[in-house]
Amino acid sequence: MDILYLLIPLSVVLVFFILAALWWAIYRGQFDDVEREGERIFEHD
Amino acid sequence: MTFANTQATVYNDKVVRQFAIMTIVWGVVGMLVGVIIAAQLTWPELNFGIPWLSYGRLRPLHTNAVIFAFGGSGLIGTSYYVVQRTCQVRLFSDKLAAFTFWGWQLVIVAAAISLPLGYTTSKEYAELEWPIDILITLVWVAYAVVFFGTVGTRRVRHIYVANWFYGGFILAIALLHVVNSAELPVGWMKSYSAYAGVQDAMVQWWYGHNAVGFFLTAGFLGMMYYFIPKQAERPVYSYRLSIVHFWALIFTYMWAGPHHLHYTALPDWAQSVGMVFSLILLAPSWGGMINGIMTLSGAWHKLRDDPILRFLIVSLSFYGMSTFEGPMMSIKTVNALSHYTDWTVGHVHSGALGWVGLITMGSMYYLIPRLFGRKQMHSVKAIEIHFWVATVGIVIYIAAMWIAGVMQGLMWRAVNPDGTLTYTFVESVKATYPFYVLRLMGGLLYLSGMLIMLWNTIKTATAGRVVPVQIPAVAAHA
Repeated sequence: MDILYLLIPLSVVLVFFILAALWWAIYRGQFDDVEREGERIFEHD
Repeated sequence: MTFANTQATVYNDKVVRQFAIMTIVWGVVGMLVGVIIAAQLTWPELNFGIPWLSYGRLRPLHTNAVIFAFGGSGLIGTSYYVVQRTCQVRLFSDKLAAFTFWGWQLVIVAAAISLPLGYTTSKEYAELEWPIDILITLVWVAYAVVFFGTVGTRRVRHIYVANWFYGGFILAIALLHVVNSAELPVGWMKSYSAYAGVQDAMVQWWYGHNAVGFFLTAGFLGMMYYFIPKQAERPVYSYRLSIVHFWALIFTYMWAGPHHLHYTALPDWAQSVGMVFSLILLAPSWGGMINGIMTLSGAWHKLRDDPILRFLIVSLSFYGMSTFEGPMMSIKTVNALSHYTDWTVGHVHSGALGWVGLITMGSMYYLIPRLFGRKQMHSVKAIEIHFWVATVGIVIYIAAMWIAGVMQGLMWRAVNPDGTLTYTFVESVKATYPFYVLRLMGGLLYLSGMLIMLWNTIKTATAGRVVPVQIPAVAAHA
């Protein structure tokens, strides 16, 4: 099952990539005012 | 640095309009091919002895047409609409956006020609030969540039949750396509996979399952998180939950693929890992489903008079049903009964017709009038009729396949006291005949609904006129 040596590291790298994106989103304030964001799509219509 | 698109005063709705129209057209085509092959399973004479019409060639044409032509056009089109509206900026590049439209249509036409001619890599949902694979890669890179370029030049600080889902879908599909389609060309329309045997099977289902997870689920959840609140005129029930939904879903999906290979040469532990992750997936899936449906909390009466909302909400109940059924089928003992039977076909169609189909149709009914400067579709009554025809069609289809599947599974495993099989395979085929007829009827109903939608769209588009939509002058949070 050599293929697992490709797929598992690939998926683990992906998890790190997702973690980095989550990190970015949290620390750049994407989720600071969460419940307000849901209503914003109704502005300017 | 300033980009040209941030100076624009109107949205680019031309490319959205093109994709929306082609979504309807390819929907009709793909579902028609589906009805033809359902009829062929019932009456094999319908091949007419013509190789181009044989089941083995038309079946991948059906799956490619409904997933990538109908679903793909719907996803790309709505993502262009949603990303512009929620970022309050024009698409990053009009030229690249136009390239994604024409390139994607070229991929579809190439599929429609090459598959009936018998050119196939024989990898399920990735049958297209290598020159088309390269074209797909180019179009996809352009799509990613347009989408993420637009997000990057947004005039609203927060990235709306729908864009996260669309973004996850775009990145995951790029990765899956490149890894799974790695192949060695040995001629213009002939190649061999870079992997062999069970290795190839594992890559194939890592791809296949994640295509379901990211193309048919995450992408359409992006649609759900924009069009349900818009049509219901209420913000999503819990925005916090929608964020948890996104991150939990993408962390979990990548690991569930091996459940497609239960009781094969794949190592037992890998099968078990696939099964466990599939069971875990139930939680984020149902969290998202409940979040979408509860958006109507306090406004349930809207379901009574708004057929578009009914499309959107019923699609979520099918999403809930199939994301419950999927984990159950991934349990090895259940899979021992369900695998290779028509139960799987029923499961796929409860997701495809129920979830993917209905959410796309509902979103298109919201979108199309707005793209042609009208308040609503030409006939609201026709939307209502479409809803009922489609829903009854789905119920007939999946009920027939459930019964057929369980029956097949039980017949195949039945043994006599002396250890011999009770039934020959062909006896199970014969017993399935009435259910194939029922399935064809369900499919015909679903196709009729799509034809009603085509008529309604033509009427709406020809009576409407294109009005450029202004981008709000001052963005809320620049």
